[in-house]
Amino acid sequence: MRAWLRHHAQCLVAALRRLVRTPVASALNVLAIGVALALPLGAWVLLGNAQRLAGEAHGDPQLSVFLAPEATRADASRVEAALAGAPGVRRHRFVPKEEAAAELQRAEGMREILATLGSNPLPDALVVDLAPGDPDAAQRLAAELRKLPKVAVVQLDALWLQRLEAALRLGAMAVGVLAALLGVGMVAVTFNTIRQQILTQQAEIEVSRLIGATDAFVRRPFVHQGAVTGLAGGLVALGIVAGALYALNGEVSRLSATYASDFRLALPPAADLAALLGFASALGWAGAYLSVSSHFQRTPRE
Amino acid sequence: MLAVQFTRVTKRYPDGFQALRDASFAIEAGEFVFLTGHSGAGKTTALRLIPAIERATSGAVLVHGQNVGALRDAAIPYLRRGLGLLFQDQKLLHDRNVVENVLLPLAICGEPPREAARRARAALDKVGLRDRERAMPITLSGGEQQRLCIARAVVARPSLLIADEPTANLDSEAAAGVMEIFRSFNQVGVTVLVATHDAALVERFGSRAVRIDHGRIVAGHGALAAA
Repeated sequence: MRAWLRHHAQCLVAALRRLVRTPVASALNVLAIGVALALPLGAWVLLGNAQRLAGEAHGDPQLSVFLAPEATRADASRVEAALAGAPGVRRHRFVPKEEAAAELQRAEGMREILATLGSNPLPDALVVDLAPGDPDAAQRLAAELRKLPKVAVVQLDALWLQRLEAALRLGAMAVGVLAALLGVGMVAVTFNTIRQQILTQQAEIEVSRLIGATDAFVRRPFVHQGAVTGLAGGLVALGIVAGALYALNGEVSRLSATYASDFRLALPPAADLAALLGFASALGWAGAYLSVSSHFQRTPRE
Repeated sequence: MLAVQFTRVTKRYPDGFQALRDASFAIEAGEFVFLTGHSGAGKTTALRLIPAIERATSGAVLVHGQNVGALRDAAIPYLRRGLGLLFQDQKLLHDRNVVENVLLPLAICGEPPREAARRARAALDKVGLRDRERAMPITLSGGEQQRLCIARAVVARPSLLIADEPTANLDSEAAAGVMEIFRSFNQVGVTVLVATHDAALVERFGSRAVRIDHGRIVAGHGALAAA
């Protein structure tokens, strides 16, 4: 076990040395991987910021329950009881018809209109604040409430929510497809880099296998090199995206200030970025693994 | 205890060429044996069957009682770690210096670096290359290169040393030096099997010789013949 760990450490150091020994070739490889990764990473970051912006602009989704004109307070209490146990309900508030009318009267021009009607045309209502992110649950809740007696209309302000969710889902899917395509590209780049490395070390591989090296032993330095290259590519991608955000944020600040907002584009949380770097490293590892495996298939152990 | 035992071994290559035919011989642990015969007689094939570089078409090759033909591919590296192999084409790494070449088997065996360095230098000392440890193999003479191969083969302390034509490209003085090194390892208990077509060398050395002719063992079967 100690020998295994030691060999891993030696391979890691050797991979770093190899990158340093061939700075131009290494830099070009890392740059190619970095640019390839920067595209899906940038799209992912923009999508995250769009989600954040949508949340800030629209607040939480709301549901309005309008009772029938003849409904009593007991009918309203029944609706409140149903809301109390419903999932996704953050809070709800009973708005009596008198309060609604008073509020309407405060709006410019409405006082005269209400006066011409003679009586209060507004029903008692309940305003329900919902947790964001689950339009299907909101639809189900609206359907349940419509079944209750003396409930005249249930209005779910969900269309925009559904459209936004759909747009963001589409965006996420597009980012996923882009990431998958460029991930495959990155594996191919690493595969080819390691293949060239294998060709330069063919004699060493052959001798090592002849005198007792296992396939895992031969593969190890190459997968470390792939993982290190992938990680470096991930760091370059992160640098490119961070630089782009920095460049864009001046204009974004000026634009958001006109909407009385302090919104700025931001990178995802550190844990997500660490996962991304891990993913880039894993792709590099996979490319190298496939490359060495392909070499083993072409040149079986003597 | 037999170090190597061939029992009715036949090796036929995919192109139909039969390199070994019903070959049987045995080598006792601690013995020094020559495998002799003309060029193309089957010596190299026989040597390559021992570390499973080739697999026998039929018959059994036993190394320290272990049937090499029955080994799974994953077990072959561990078999080879117990053998010291000297190849006809040397297979030195020319982008590594002398000591780095000798360190390779120890790295494969997972030897700690400090101990590996000590053992590599000791092996170089035994073959008289201690003062050339930083030299590149290309700068060594033919005899020195062969001695480097020996150092690499013995550094992991194998119990069986197999050499394919180790003196083929050496002058008589260098060849004698190499053979003396083999003898010194044999004297401390290492079984040595040397393939050579040089009948004079075999005669001069005086050890048992297993003779192959067109893939058949024609003399020197060893313990197997006695049994």
